[in-house]
Amino acid sequence: MISLEVKACGPMTSLQDHGRAGYQRFGVSPSGAMDFRSLAAANALVGNPPDTAGIEFVNLGGAFTCAGGDLGIALVGAECALTIDGAQIPAQTSVILKEGQTAQVGHARSGTFAYLAVAGGFSVEPQLGSLSFHLRSRLGGLNGSPLKAGDRLPCDAGAQAGEPMHLPLDLRGGEDPIRVMLGPQDDYFTPDAIETFLSEEFTVSPQADRMGFQLTGPRIEHAKGFNIVSDGIVTGHIQIPGSGHPIVLMRDRQTAGGYPKIATVIGADLDRFAQLRPGSPVRFRAVDRAEAVAAARAYRDWIAALPEALMPVRFDLTTEHLLSVNLIGGAVDALSR
Amino acid sequence: MWKGRDQVRHDQRGIVSTPRVLACGDGALSVEFGDTVDPDLNGKVLALDEILRERAPAGLLETVPTYRSLLVQFDPTVTDFDALAGLLAREAERLAPQASAGRRWSVPVLYGDPYGIDLDEIADRHGLTVRQVIDLHAGAIYRVYMIGFLPGFAYLGGLDPKLVTPRRTQPRAKIPSGSIIIGGAQAAVGSIECPSGWHILGRTPVRSYAPERDPAFLLAAGDEVVFAPIDASRWDAMERAALAGEPVAEEVSR
Repeated sequence: MISLEVKACGPMTSLQDHGRAGYQRFGVSPSGAMDFRSLAAANALVGNPPDTAGIEFVNLGGAFTCAGGDLGIALVGAECALTIDGAQIPAQTSVILKEGQTAQVGHARSGTFAYLAVAGGFSVEPQLGSLSFHLRSRLGGLNGSPLKAGDRLPCDAGAQAGEPMHLPLDLRGGEDPIRVMLGPQDDYFTPDAIETFLSEEFTVSPQADRMGFQLTGPRIEHAKGFNIVSDGIVTGHIQIPGSGHPIVLMRDRQTAGGYPKIATVIGADLDRFAQLRPGSPVRFRAVDRAEAVAAARAYRDWIAALPEALMPVRFDLTTEHLLSVNLIGGAVDALSR
Repeated sequence: MWKGRDQVRHDQRGIVSTPRVLACGDGALSVEFGDTVDPDLNGKVLALDEILRERAPAGLLETVPTYRSLLVQFDPTVTDFDALAGLLAREAERLAPQASAGRRWSVPVLYGDPYGIDLDEIADRHGLTVRQVIDLHAGAIYRVYMIGFLPGFAYLGGLDPKLVTPRRTQPRAKIPSGSIIIGGAQAAVGSIECPSGWHILGRTPVRSYAPERDPAFLLAAGDEVVFAPIDASRWDAMERAALAGEPVAEEVSR
């Protein structure tokens, strides 16, 4: 059986897929890839359905050795170097990791979350229907844990390594404001507070993790207190606790909460927001439902079109080849034009 | 048509005559029956939840019943908010609250030492004996209003007013799994180890959430819970049984 052996990795490196559906009523967070479109893109590069579980890196990289056969791999997301036995692989390009070779993922130079997909996915038993690791409930991942040195990830034996491909799409987020829909508790805030929220700049604080991103900036004043009887939470809800500083609830959020939610990040902008590093400026723009739904459709269509966006890499991206050809960067640039 | 927030009327208990339907971004809405903790209000939430689970409209992804509202998550590229909101408002308006839909569980509790580290303080604070606190806490029938915060964490209503106690000013970073706790007018059966500002009266060997067990979750919103005090000598055997996958909590008749 082909497997990937973890030689080293950052402490929050974990398996993530589309998340855990159907258990929020029992208090189970959905989890899932923080930047799902990058996971979907990595999966497309190795011929997988978009929601196949991949390895999520959080700022720090890792090293993985292939055993038992050859394995198609691809890395997409935060800007991280990928090398195979020391040879640099171009960004957003799948490659065959041969038996005995080591793939090294560097730390993130911009963005936070990167995804390594393997052809065929991992042969790991899902928990409550998903491989997504959730820290607080110790669910998913490898036996309820993040990855660590010494772990062995069994891969799907039937998968073909496939032809190396390149994805000539720019996945970087840009600096447009993050789109939100107001509510569900915008009536807990004064019109001035809502105006402040939509017009001022905020900064992603160092308290930003898979559960939520705290923002600093102008205080958002409540109109009628900040305690509500707990109600349901969705990913992207922006709650304003007593401090007046917003918390954007992310994939590992709790399922219910008792602070008023001024607005909700639309589904199509969650991935882009997730890649903002601590210290990054962020602005919000309110959109109506029609614009949010149009964005949701465009997002769905973008994911569905990923396989068609791929371009074959016209030579064998093996280490030997990469070492012998010094023009990889130029060749790939030519492909993407 | 569903009502905007300006048209809402509340009755004396804070239950709205017509529920509000609030957008939660593009992929969810909240059907809000009120803003209080009340069994009839919660009963309507659960009744609407049951209707949706039995007859799921196209595009419905997941529902989450809470104290006072039903969160409905859907795929906005499949269904239309207005159609879904209209359907839910119509159903919600003619709902009879679900009196008590669920099962009644007897949950064994070891009160006081070594786990119930706040029991003495709660007794002092309310001028009661430890025995009286245990009798009041174990003498009530609780309703599971919702499961949330953590997998299997059961929020209960029905705490005796004599035991209502503000939360701790300094939350604890960790309380053990299965802690039996009270905070404000609420009570709870804890699940896994977690941070908490509630007061710990005791601990149950019952694992309301055990991922390897079938079912992984014992308690559900709408169930009832009664507590059965146990002697310290029974703890080890019951804990072993729970770890082996036994429910340990018993389903009892009303």
